[in-house]
Order: sequence, then structure tokens, then C-alpha cells
Amino acid sequence: MEELKTRRPIPLSTNYAIAYAARDLDVDVVSAYPITPQTTVVEKVSEFVANGELDAAFIHVESEHSALSAAIAAALTGARAFTATASQGLALMHEMLHIASGLRAPVVMSVAMRSLSAPISIWNDQSDIFNARDAGWVIMFVHTAQEAYDTVIQAYRIAEDPSVLLPVMVAYDGYVMSHTTEPVVVEGRESVMKFAPKRQYPYRLDPDRPVTIGAIVPPEYYYEIKYQQVKAMEGALPKVDEVDREFGKAFGRSYGVMECYMCEGAEALIMANASYAATLKSLLPDAWKQGYKVGLLRLRLYRPFPLRQFVEYTSNVKSLLVVDRSISYGAPYQGPLANEIAGAKLKEDLGFNLISVVAGIGQRTMENEDFIALARLAWEGRTRKFPETVFYGVRE
Amino acid sequence: MSVKQLPKWNEMAIGGVIANPGNSLEYKTGDWKVLMPVIDQEKCTRCRICWYVCPDSAILELDKSYITKKGRTYKVTYDVNYDFCKGCGMCAQECPVKAIDMVPVEVA
Repeated sequence: MEELKTRRPIPLSTNYAIAYAARDLDVDVVSAYPITPQTTVVEKVSEFVANGELDAAFIHVESEHSALSAAIAAALTGARAFTATASQGLALMHEMLHIASGLRAPVVMSVAMRSLSAPISIWNDQSDIFNARDAGWVIMFVHTAQEAYDTVIQAYRIAEDPSVLLPVMVAYDGYVMSHTTEPVVVEGRESVMKFAPKRQYPYRLDPDRPVTIGAIVPPEYYYEIKYQQVKAMEGALPKVDEVDREFGKAFGRSYGVMECYMCEGAEALIMANASYAATLKSLLPDAWKQGYKVGLLRLRLYRPFPLRQFVEYTSNVKSLLVVDRSISYGAPYQGPLANEIAGAKLKEDLGFNLISVVAGIGQRTMENEDFIALARLAWEGRTRKFPETVFYGVRE
Repeated sequence: MSVKQLPKWNEMAIGGVIANPGNSLEYKTGDWKVLMPVIDQEKCTRCRICWYVCPDSAILELDKSYITKKGRTYKVTYDVNYDFCKGCGMCAQECPVKAIDMVPVEVA
């Protein structure tokens, strides 16, 4: 009976779901700086620390640069470290993002995705994460509060695995998810720690076994150390899949590295992540009723990119519409994800027509009919080329 | 040594970690120098100033006696560890009897 009681869902925002995950993972060090819309993650974690539910050092830092610096240092002493940020905070961390992955610090960070200044916007888009994509972190997008809780747990298993040892970002949409309450099953400390026991950084700072971390590396060595990161990222791909399957066995929920929803019989796909994927799941049945047989290709694992699954899902469709919520100014396709998909299409010799769509910049509202319009665009793309990026909904 | 003879990517500790302490001795920094100090043992008065001022601890105080042509006996001899001397010239600059010459390194 006790077991049943703890597994009943409770109402949590995605931010709170992440805080509960950090609590259940028994993180040792939390260093964070408040930034909208992430703030309530660490507010909740600080509550857990204050009321004794979580025995962690909560470091109040003066900036996000320091927040990640402290988290990296903590991870390198062998502690389980957690931080969270968004937008300008992630941008201010940028230098440390590369240092975390370069030093192979198994830090986990949640990111409530938000637009970047200027002009100042506190609202959602994905400019922050797409600016950070080449920093060598494993990046995962989640589309529900439950998936956020589950993925933070999976993230530590991935990050701390001796074959991986890379930092992991778990990203979700600011406001639309961060501040939206959903039912979430919280598994509790005991079962979560059984699934994700602490595994320390192998060269942790220890006076009895002195090591130097972060030394200068001359041209004769630097390249090989960066190549280690290339191989670690390649190795992370099967590990993410494996951890997700084991999670499914332990808790009854698994997500895969890439999800294809309503793909049976679909001739066109929309590639979307996070809240757009969740919204599309509820609206695609309407699109099918209107004759647009369009499936959803939900991007969950972004780095490393699950190319094999991507090929499997897209090899038989006639068109693929990629929704970007950030802009790569002046790029061949101005949606950064679409640009990469163009590369994947070429590399794997895939036949679909690619449609690059930019939407939702600065949380420009996408109504239900706008998503249906995207489905129509994807459908039209079967027989029509869209050589330029479509800036959906811009006034011109 | 050729770059090709150095450890492969999977033979090195991850993240550039140095797991064997004190290995900076293996990294010979002396090949940077353009001028090298040469000590004239006849002029040297064994004052030890060069030993003090060397920023790389590259002046060696050897337990080796030396008798000058004029018959003076010194119990120690100063020499240079060229593996770590960067050729900065501070020893030559500070030597009160100008016993140290900075001479161009001959490149083979």
C-alpha cells in the first residue's frame, strides 16, 4: 500500500519536478543564481535544503559564471553537483560550458529555455540552448514535467558513467513548461538512488592521490584531448538509449532518444521538441481529419544526435518540416536545426523535401490553427520545394 | 621527438588530467633560449648571486672543487642546467664580476 501511495501523481510544474528530481538524487552541491524562468527550480531546492529533506551545500554565488564554476569544481572533488539556468545566465556561463565538458565534469544542469537580449525579452524561445550546442554537453529536450523529472535522473546516470563523463543539459520551454502544472509521479529517494547510485569522477581532487586538473596543454597534446571528447560523445549515444531502457524497466516509463508520433502512414513529418512537440501531439489528430497525414518527429536527445533513428524515421517520408525557435542569422537555412538536418539529409542521402520554419521567437503565440498551418505546410512540402526559411507569423 | 611518437588519444588521461605528480621535470623548457649563459670559472668568485636570481632554478651549485690558474681553490662550482635555462640573462646581468657571458645558441 505504501508503494502505491508514493507512486500517485502529484501536481508539479516542470521547474518543481526538476527540483524534486535533484532532491531524490541526493545531490551534494547546488550552486545557482536566480534567473527567470528557472528561478523556482533552485528556490524549491533551497527549501529542501532548509527543511532538511536534502543534505546539500547550497552555494549562493554572484553570477551564473560562478554558479557553473562552483558546480564544476564540486563535481571534480567527487560530489554530485547540480545547477540550473536560462537565457542570459546560460550565455554568461558560456566560457564555463566548454570547461565543464573539457574537464569531463559530470555536472547536470536544467535549462528553462528563454530568448536572448537585445531587445530584452524574458519570454520563451530556444536561442539560449542553440547558442550553447557546440559546447560539448549532452543535450536533452523534454516535453512534459514527468519527462523532466525522469530525464534529470537519467542524466546523472549518463553523466557519471565512466564511459561517458560528460556534463548533461536537460532543456525545456520557459513558462510554457517551467510554470505549467502537470501530474508528476515522484519516485522518492530510495528507488531513485537505487537506479542512479553516485559514481565519482575518477581523478577527483584528493590530497592522498594528488593530480593536476586544468593544466595548460601545448599543441602536441590539445588535439588528442579534444578528440577524446568526440569519442565520449559518440559513446554517449548508446548509453543514453541503454539508460532510458533500464529506466523503463525500473519505473515503467521510457522515451527513446527520438520519438515518432502518428508516423504510421504519415507522408510528412514535423520535427519539433519540448512544448511544441507536446502541443502537436494533441493537434495532429485534427490535422489528419483535415487530410494532412503528418507525423511528429520529437527531438529528445539532441547531442549526440541520434542519426540512425533519424534515418529510420525519415527514409520513407516525402517531406520534413523542421521548426526552429531560434535564428542562425545569415546561415544557409536560418533555422539552426534545419541547417543540421540539411547536412544529415546530404550525409545519409535522404530523399525528403526539407522545409525550414522559424516560429515562436520571443514566445510569439502559436495558436492551435498555427500548428495546423504547419501541418499543412509540411503536407504541401511533399510536392513543393521551400528553398528559403519560412519565418512563420512575422509581420511583413 | 616527432608528434607521431607521442601517446594516442586513448592512451592519455581524460580531460588533460595529470595523474603523475611532479612530471614537469620531464618537460624541458630550456629549448626556448636564443642566448645561453656561459660561466667563466676563472672570474667567478662563488658569490652565489646567479643562483639566487635565476627564476628557473637552473643555476647548479655543484659540490665540485676548482683551482684557478692563480692557485685559488674553491670548494663549489657553478654550472647551468641548460634543460631548464630559458636564456633570460638575469644571471649575466647581476653577476658582480661579469663572469657570465650570454652567447648565441648554435642551432644544429
